[in-house]
Amino acid sequence: MKRNSVAIVGASETTELGKIPTMSQVQLHADAALNAIADAGLKLSDIDGVATGGHNAVEIAHYLGIVPKWLDGTSVGGCSFMLLVRHAVAAINEGLCETVLITHGESGRSNLGRHGSSIFPSLFQQQFERPFGVTRPPTMFTIPVLRYMKDFGLSEETLAMVSVVQREWAAKNPRASFKDPIDVNDVLNSKMICYPFRLLMCCLVTDGGGALILTKSDRAKDLKQKPVYIRGSGESCETPMISQMADFTSSAAFRVAGLNAFESAGIDHGDVDHLMIYDAFAHLPIYGLEDLGFVKRGEGGDFIADGNTRPGGKLPMNTNGGGLSYMHSGMYGMYALQEGVRQMRGTAPAQINGAEISMVHGVGGMFSASGNIVLTNVK
Amino acid sequence: MDNDQRELPKPTPETQHFWDGTRRGELRLQRCKSTGEVYFPPRHFCPSSGSTDIEIIRASGRATLHSYVISHLPAPGFTPPYAIAIAKLEEGPKMMCNIVECEQTPEALILDMPLEVSFEKVNDEITLPQFKPAEK
Repeated sequence: MKRNSVAIVGASETTELGKIPTMSQVQLHADAALNAIADAGLKLSDIDGVATGGHNAVEIAHYLGIVPKWLDGTSVGGCSFMLLVRHAVAAINEGLCETVLITHGESGRSNLGRHGSSIFPSLFQQQFERPFGVTRPPTMFTIPVLRYMKDFGLSEETLAMVSVVQREWAAKNPRASFKDPIDVNDVLNSKMICYPFRLLMCCLVTDGGGALILTKSDRAKDLKQKPVYIRGSGESCETPMISQMADFTSSAAFRVAGLNAFESAGIDHGDVDHLMIYDAFAHLPIYGLEDLGFVKRGEGGDFIADGNTRPGGKLPMNTNGGGLSYMHSGMYGMYALQEGVRQMRGTAPAQINGAEISMVHGVGGMFSASGNIVLTNVK
Repeated sequence: MDNDQRELPKPTPETQHFWDGTRRGELRLQRCKSTGEVYFPPRHFCPSSGSTDIEIIRASGRATLHSYVISHLPAPGFTPPYAIAIAKLEEGPKMMCNIVECEQTPEALILDMPLEVSFEKVNDEITLPQFKPAEK
């Protein structure tokens, strides 16, 4: 991809997050979209490309009154929005459209106007997993973790520290769902959901949405906001079935998406000032840190427990509080991107002073897919 | 378990031999004749080589407990807490299963313990491949 050629010029979440009984899912998309368009200082009629995941992109375009020149409905779970940003960069550079709106809305808690699963069902999963009692994500996403714990000696206490550290970030964020401090005992004594996972190791379930506006960087300088450039990106996928993940201690999709992001951005690990790793469950930041190469295999848990990613640490991670404490409507990737944009604009509630490069890493499905976006505020 | 409430597999042309096998008390895998690779889930070609020159083989039924969770969430046809496990077959592939004839506790479910296949007839069409602790 052409480094820094496209910028995010508008970004916003829905006006409210949490429990939103006044809006169905399509209106959550629209609320975020209108906020992002206003944030950019643009008009609806300026949008000529529309993309969304987890919802029919045609319905979103029609609801907003847009007849676009470019459309993308990639729906591979919560990281769909990282993939859509990546695809939008290519489309804009190819001249297929000029100004792309990427929307997300999800009535995850109130379940208003939701269309069932945000990912296509899997033929194999129906036959070879569902008969054995897998239901919601806590019964699937967690399955590889005991293997990891045995192979690398990860303790339940260290795993619990992921939730503890993210709550420290959430405490700094007025919009976070959960802000009260917690310790390891609180996590381990919370309700057992799916052994070894307790409630506080699992993400929230909320309503909300977010939207992004992308256009060419040379056009961005005339717009209202400080541009946030797309410096690099990556995407990949591995399997629709958690049981068929080749290595239960490492995600092939993470590794491919991460490597491509670093290479396309032309950066090394030491260049990353701010990191988001999609945390639907407490083990994901551990896998992410390792598969992206920030630490060696087996070291992710201790890296977090030792305080490297907490406020004041050398690698600030999930600075909005993450899916564990900030919000998680089901497809969290959009909220991770929004926090990356805030950090690059210098407007985050827990701002990392002087941060110039933010890496936002997403997962889709149960280690099924992955997308990674490298953002920067310097061209 | 109330079998009637579980979501049962709907065999497809690619998988019919597998479900025919379990009904006859056989665990069937596929092997690529050019590379020798044994693979699962079933398909009409080897996912490594792309070759359609494949054969159906009968697995030994021996496996080890690769990983698992114990779900405390409600699920149709299951009484929580129940384990959802991954059996790593002697031939290589991994397979999701429940662990039968075993306490559903971390103390009883020890990673890498030997397992053996146990066929659970649900109805005339469907027999599920489950696993149980191997007899010593």
